[in-house]
Amino acid sequence: MTGAAVRQGEGHFAENIAYFARALRSAGLPVGPGAVLDAITAVEAAQIGSREDFYWTLHAVFVKRHEHSILFDQAFKIFWRRRALLEKLIAQMSPISPGGAKKEEKPKAGALRVAEALATPQSRQPEPLEQTEISARLTVSDREVLKAKDFAQMSADEIARAKHLINELCMPDDTVMTRRFLADRKSRRIDPRRTFRQSLRGGGAAIDLAYRKPAVRHPPVVALMDISGSMADYTRLFLHFLHAIAEKRRRVHSFVFATRLTNISRELTGRDPDEALARASKRVQDWEGGTRIAQALHEFNRHWSRRVLGQGAVVLLFTDGLEREVTDQLTFEMDRLKRSCRRLIWLNPLLRFDAFEPRASGIRAMLPYVHEFRPIHSLASMDELCRALSSRQSGRGDPRQWSRSP
Amino acid sequence: MAERPGSIDETLALLESAGYVADRPLATILFLALKLGRPLLLEGEAGVGKTEIAKVLSTTLGRRLIRLQCYEGLDIAAAVYEWNYAGQMMAIRLAEAGGAVHRDTLEGELFSERYLVKRPLLQALEADAAGAPVLLIDELDRTDEAFEAFLLEVLSDSQVTIPELGTVRAEHPPIVVITSNRTREIHDALKRRCLYHWVDYPDARRELAILKSRVPDASGRLSKEIVGFVQAIRKEDLFKAPGVAETLDWASALVELDAVALDPALVSDTLGVLLKYQDDIQRMQGSRAKEMLDRVLSELRVPA
Repeated sequence: MTGAAVRQGEGHFAENIAYFARALRSAGLPVGPGAVLDAITAVEAAQIGSREDFYWTLHAVFVKRHEHSILFDQAFKIFWRRRALLEKLIAQMSPISPGGAKKEEKPKAGALRVAEALATPQSRQPEPLEQTEISARLTVSDREVLKAKDFAQMSADEIARAKHLINELCMPDDTVMTRRFLADRKSRRIDPRRTFRQSLRGGGAAIDLAYRKPAVRHPPVVALMDISGSMADYTRLFLHFLHAIAEKRRRVHSFVFATRLTNISRELTGRDPDEALARASKRVQDWEGGTRIAQALHEFNRHWSRRVLGQGAVVLLFTDGLEREVTDQLTFEMDRLKRSCRRLIWLNPLLRFDAFEPRASGIRAMLPYVHEFRPIHSLASMDELCRALSSRQSGRGDPRQWSRSP
Repeated sequence: MAERPGSIDETLALLESAGYVADRPLATILFLALKLGRPLLLEGEAGVGKTEIAKVLSTTLGRRLIRLQCYEGLDIAAAVYEWNYAGQMMAIRLAEAGGAVHRDTLEGELFSERYLVKRPLLQALEADAAGAPVLLIDELDRTDEAFEAFLLEVLSDSQVTIPELGTVRAEHPPIVVITSNRTREIHDALKRRCLYHWVDYPDARRELAILKSRVPDASGRLSKEIVGFVQAIRKEDLFKAPGVAETLDWASALVELDAVALDPALVSDTLGVLLKYQDDIQRMQGSRAKEMLDRVLSELRVPA
């Protein structure tokens, strides 16, 4: 193959790659225009010999996440199947008209995920915007009443107002120390680099010391949310709460479970909370079904704990703990979860009852493995959670006060 | 100094010559990384041979290997450069003792290469007689995002900016290999600059080839049994499945014990080499291990 041949064929070949990139993009892979250029260079550099080589060359450029491998695989098969397009391309890298490249993007049966991804844009309809104008200027007494009210007993209007109040909550300001440093006048640690630069300003005759202190950052928050039927009244507001937290700090990972575990972190990063929730609920397939806590925890421990629990994560476990069958697996997984994170906080809306006693066997089994046990049924309890996260001592969240035998 | 490989097949042969048995996808991406001069980002479970790739590259190509082990709190002073403060202090005192020195001269002298302590990233940008070095940035997921952002300049332009000194630019960009165990997600901005590859557990055929090349003392029968058992155990519901590194360790251990074949007692006794979590060991010990071993052995006896 000569350089001229490549040059000559470049037009159509490049077009094909660009079409393929577009197909990948609509299947959900983040493929930018830079990647297309890279792909063209890479294919030319590799002097492709077989279909497999071509596959892995494009894979090298377009896939940046392990999960995307499978999407790429399907898209590749669908796209390059037509009329032995690829074989011809490999044979000479000669001009091949993409013909109906649009048609090629249309998948046949089989590759479900890609097919869905390619099909969605048309079917998506703008959701009717709720035109409820909410007065942000609530009176003081209104606020007080709303704060103490149980989410389950709120009217639709009150819930809308509560969502606004959630955004106004003082978000937790918990920090962990890092091994980096920031300039600080009041600290006692000397910063040699700045000291020398400063003293040179004056000619080096006098050395005035500069100081620094360790920098702090927010630890990641990982939320595991039970979305089974018994929790329905609380889940959505808690999701709003999480969304509000996610705005303040960079790393918040959210998972929901009923019978299976779903990661909705990416969906929750949307700017608008309602839109983010809508996208998240589309991902989740078992809203308000039954619950299998042990199974969900097992899945989390196995597939996610190592990926998201690093760097001192705080885990918020949001569930009522009403597991139907309590087995050893539940305690085992709780124990593993507790040992893999820095702080495990159980948020249980059942604590709204004044006379709550941990009678259910699921709750009794899980209690010994959490660091804190807190209510989460009203704005006031959310506020309390924020304060508890900010301060170090656990205060009244100590789970041992519940597990004393009656 | 060896030449960079000219094709995917040559890359495969090159890796094989150093005892690294790679599959074709890995050879493809490695060839592209060398050819296009792009950093290579390898992700995968612990012990599948990610770090080894950089080492093999450095020996086969005859380049210097510069390794930057990442950890939480890694900062510029430990990764790129630091000023030799004690030396600078001496220089200031000497200048004072020697009488009036012009301020600019002193400043220029203090912040010159003489007082610069070079750390791995800066070393990797230096010209080397053997050709551009191999820069291994190991376990990048252990650092924080702030450090990742700093890497962007090094990875895309092979340069480092030192405020007091100016920009240091590599004439020949280093061969960069980044590994990650995925304990957190690497930022997209960094991924975009790299070629990405997920290193998976090898299949039985390749694992056997790896074992033969790395632990040649193990008999053919033992090697086959080891690979069969490890492949089977990876399908179990374990918290941490054993990697290739564990397979090799286990094989060496068994060779040291003068084993010629696996038996249940031997497996039970040496399971700690293969599995690193108490729960996993407990689950596999005793009858479970025996059952699995019997299955593996009977499969081996039947000629495929």
